[in-house]
Amino acid sequence: MTTAAGNGHPSSCLSASHIVTALYFGGFLRLDPKAPHAPDRDRFIMSKGHAAPILYAALAEKGVFSTDTLMGLRKIGDPLEGHPNVRRVPGVEASTGSLGQGLSIGLGIALAQKLAKNGARTFVLTGDGELDEGQVWEAAMAASKYKSDNLVAIVDRNHYQQTGPGDHVLPLEPLAAKWQACGWETYEIDGHDWAQVVGALSRACETKGRPTAILARTVKGFGVTRIVEDPGNKFHGVPLKAKEAEEAIQEIERA
Amino acid sequence: MNIGKSIGLELGQSTRFAFGEELAALGDVFPTLVVVDGDVGNSTRTEVFGKKYPERFFNAGIAESNMVSMAAGLALSGHISVASSFAAFLTCNAYDQIRMGVGFPHANVKLVGSHCGISIGEDGPSQMGIEDLALMSSIPQMVVLAPCDGVSTRALTRKMLEYVGPVYMRTGRPDVPVIYKDGAAALEIGTANRVREGKDATIIACGLMVAIALEAAAELAKRGVECRVLDMHTVKPIDRAAIVAAARETGAIVTAEEHLLDGGLGSAVARVVTEEAPCKMAFVGVRDTYAESGKPEELLAKYGLTTAEVVAAVERAKR
Ligand SMILES: Cc1ncc(C[n+]2csc(CCOP(=O)(O)OP(=O)(O)O)c2C)c(N)n1
Ligand SMILES: [Mg+2]
Repeated sequence: MTTAAGNGHPSSCLSASHIVTALYFGGFLRLDPKAPHAPDRDRFIMSKGHAAPILYAALAEKGVFSTDTLMGLRKIGDPLEGHPNVRRVPGVEASTGSLGQGLSIGLGIALAQKLAKNGARTFVLTGDGELDEGQVWEAAMAASKYKSDNLVAIVDRNHYQQTGPGDHVLPLEPLAAKWQACGWETYEIDGHDWAQVVGALSRACETKGRPTAILARTVKGFGVTRIVEDPGNKFHGVPLKAKEAEEAIQEIERA
Repeated sequence: MNIGKSIGLELGQSTRFAFGEELAALGDVFPTLVVVDGDVGNSTRTEVFGKKYPERFFNAGIAESNMVSMAAGLALSGHISVASSFAAFLTCNAYDQIRMGVGFPHANVKLVGSHCGISIGEDGPSQMGIEDLALMSSIPQMVVLAPCDGVSTRALTRKMLEYVGPVYMRTGRPDVPVIYKDGAAALEIGTANRVREGKDATIIACGLMVAIALEAAAELAKRGVECRVLDMHTVKPIDRAAIVAAARETGAIVTAEEHLLDGGLGSAVARVVTEEAPCKMAFVGVRDTYAESGKPEELLAKYGLTTAEVVAAVERAKR
């Protein structure tokens, strides 16, 4: 999709691939593709909005809209904009793209779900660089105050952000301790291990009285050697060329 | 406050108190209404609602960014959500959250900023919202309200909750004169209200400046100049027809606002005048500066928001 568009963030999508797949197709997100606006649905917010393509792909695969539409990504007049737009795409739950805001919006939705007593949950996927934003921690403290056990934050811990490794840009460690200090049930997992992803999500759904943070260790560009072995993270926000994309798809299909 | 006394206006409630009481009074009328505040509910007056409906009130702490995005999430779930703090903190601290969570998704969030303008007094410039109208007007499709007294604040609070979509309303700290002693139920969002008739010039004002405009009009009448006065409680969408009529029928327009002259009421009126009915104009407002601490009326005098300034502006526009 990003190759066809000529720009976009494929490496940021690939690190989140297991997480998004587990949510939509592992039985966690209760979403009827025929009724994507049903009031009692579970919600998923792609807070790292630059990974919109993997969200669109999941929604299409789920049947919310046709997979034929995916190649419209980033084209004029097309609803599949570079970052998710809640007004244009069914299944998109919040407009994102300015990093740091999705968890707060998710908290508002989680509070509304509690008021409605409908038993629904909200899952929010953030980047790790995104956690530089102070607002994330405002939301973390507030969710703890409101005992929002129907709110699950999943951090795509790929250790890279736009201009390089997170450790150089703004160190986050000790990260699990930060979430724990904010009162969150916290798991550190391998974000590319199905059993661990599914296990952590299952436990998050059972946790009572507090929100859950899942810190998923991931690899930016997972599955595509060309991106993974790029030490400078210069693939952030850079699509593969047509031939590279073909090779990448073959590599993923072989795996 | 002495404003309005010279023309027999009685001192009434502050717009923030009127808003707070009306909000609480409407809790049952709007069962999906929820309120989020940033640890200033006793100042913004959302605490009245919070005490009556604790399960529908969320104190987000001193974290305006999170507060606004939370309100957005609640609105995206079908609630009418009110998010309130001081005008300065709400619109300046959470501007991007307003853009992304309220404006861009056209969410049903009502932003209410208290302590607008410089008449908040002693707390000083860090607490004064003098750029809120400009910031909120720069959000596409945002409705921007600046009521002038307690009575019209109540009416507009109800209209704001009935309206579906993003709204910003500013409220003020001090008690202010009553303009609408016979009620304001007929007010409509987007329609200016004529509070004085006149053929020689028009003063278009919002907020506290409506009372000052009426005083100025009384003073000018003594000199043989009859001014029309419009309460432009809706800064956006601005009432173009009322402005065009004022320009064509009175030939001169003065605007008066408790806000920076950049990007507020005056700018909005001037755009309509320039496009549709060019006429002489003059502007009363805060001129490219922050204010300071002081008593409200001392500040209004020092920063040029007085009856005399409005009178002088009308004379300039008529020259
Ligand atoms: C508020 C804000 N600042 C800057 C950007 C530009 N930007 C887009 S992606 C990105 C890096 C994000 O890093 P991370 O959250 O770690 O995401 P990932 O590594 O999964 O791509 C930046 C800085 C933005 N979208 N929003
Ligand atoms: Mg990252």
